Amino acid sequence: MSVFDGLRFRRVASPVHILDPRIKFFYVCSIFVVAILFPEILPLIVLFLLQIPFVLIARVQKEWIRSLRGATFLAAIIFGSNIVFRFIYAGYTLILPDLEFALAMTLRFVVLVEAFSVFFLTTSPDHLGLALEQSRVPYEFCFAFTTAVRFVPVLADEAETIMDAQKARGLELEKGNFLKRIRNYIPILIPLIISAIRRSLELAEAMESRAWGAIEKRTNLYVLKMKAGDYLLIAISVSILILGIYLRLHAFIPSLSDLLL
Amino acid sequence: MIAVENVYFTYPIGIEALKGVSLTIEDGEFIAIMGQNGAGKTTLIKHFNGLLKPTRGDILVDGVNTKKTSVAKLAQTVGFVFQNPDTQLFCETVEDEVAFALKNFGFKKATIEKRIVWALNLLGLTEYRKTSPFMLSGGERKRVALASVLAWNPKVVVLDEPTIGQDYQQKEKLRQFIIQLNTQGKTVVIVTHDVEFVADCNPRVILMSEGKIVGDDVGKKIFADFNLLTQASIVPPQITKVFMELRDFGFPPDVVDLYEAREILQRRLNKT
Repeated sequence: MSVFDGLRFRRVASPVHILDPRIKFFYVCSIFVVAILFPEILPLIVLFLLQIPFVLIARVQKEWIRSLRGATFLAAIIFGSNIVFRFIYAGYTLILPDLEFALAMTLRFVVLVEAFSVFFLTTSPDHLGLALEQSRVPYEFCFAFTTAVRFVPVLADEAETIMDAQKARGLELEKGNFLKRIRNYIPILIPLIISAIRRSLELAEAMESRAWGAIEKRTNLYVLKMKAGDYLLIAISVSILILGIYLRLHAFIPSLSDLLL
Repeated sequence: MIAVENVYFTYPIGIEALKGVSLTIEDGEFIAIMGQNGAGKTTLIKHFNGLLKPTRGDILVDGVNTKKTSVAKLAQTVGFVFQNPDTQLFCETVEDEVAFALKNFGFKKATIEKRIVWALNLLGLTEYRKTSPFMLSGGERKRVALASVLAWNPKVVVLDEPTIGQDYQQKEKLRQFIIQLNTQGKTVVIVTHDVEFVADCNPRVILMSEGKIVGDDVGKKIFADFNLLTQASIVPPQITKVFMELRDFGFPPDVVDLYEAREILQRRLNKT
């Protein structure tokens, strides 16, 4: 389950990990917005490179690369479908700008994956729940959210065990045509869903026996406070956002093929 | 025969679970692999049917290197029963559950029918043939899982933690069943924490600790070796503990078997 590995949080003492999750989320959103603004490849390359220092400071390079590798399959699909549609649209010829456009779309996806993976790699689920709660989101929603995040790796592990168990009974996942391959996953999905339901019922009982929802107003052991680093990240995010919007409105962005040829 | 030749295994997340394990399992042997959590027991047995392939070293199952063949092929020789039956049950009826592997292995329809009848009868599940496996109790589900593996009559049966969550009576039934399988010529490998269960079965015991094999002998020798057990964080069976305490009175310290213990005690009582 390499896709999930890129989202699995690991506790590291770094300046990025202790940042306020709300600010980190704002940063991710700014990257997101700017990435959506530009269909040209140059600004997307800049956005991609911009995040690398962030990854290095957080010392999550290994996991980060793994999450990018997990995204290659989807990236390939995006690239392929863009190429195919552009190819048909242009009247069955492939021109350089089309290739560049397809590359840009793929890179846009990669930038988004990159940003979210940095966010999830450096933010503990507890921290995230805390941020939601202190943004006045009702506690029920916060709890549901943190629980969902918390159980992703558990489910991934379980899926792996189930796959092993079914393989040991002769199931071959990569056998047969497309439809058969999808059907091959039934023996894996059913036990997985059943165990998830069973687990949720157990969790509900455990919560109730620990007086969940006994009082209206909960108090928190930890309270999020903005620090110097948080203000710096706000400044960076706002600059990215403003610069992005300004360039979009007032600047001409050359394409890579024009620059090179 | 399963030959494990100097096997190392490192999980993708970087944990080295096996550090140079060598072991030969002859046909018809009965083996219990023991050791504390994280000693590498489950990692080792997952190599026997190719679910995991060694990072370094080789595993040969009847002379075939597991690196050069598929799990589906190996599974026909090495049947693997997982610890938790809920990780594999998904069919509408117990009968379908048992048929699943048989269909995967390409058995003929008439043979499948015969095997289902045979396996369900073997584990006393005939009356549940058309029942949904999800309606059964925990112990019954475990038996369905076992039946679904035994149905294709594998030469080697590997059981991961077969005694967990079973009451004493079920354990006793399971013990007799395993011994019966073994006397019929099957190679049986169990992984367990249950010292009492192993002491009653009296198999060859492989003791693991931190990814290495630290002891390999009959239960009688292993359970009486106090230093070895401490190293592997295992508490000896109660009967062995009693006899160790009684060493000063001239009792032998290496008693694991209840019947043997009774005989020794009876002899002593008759003398006085």
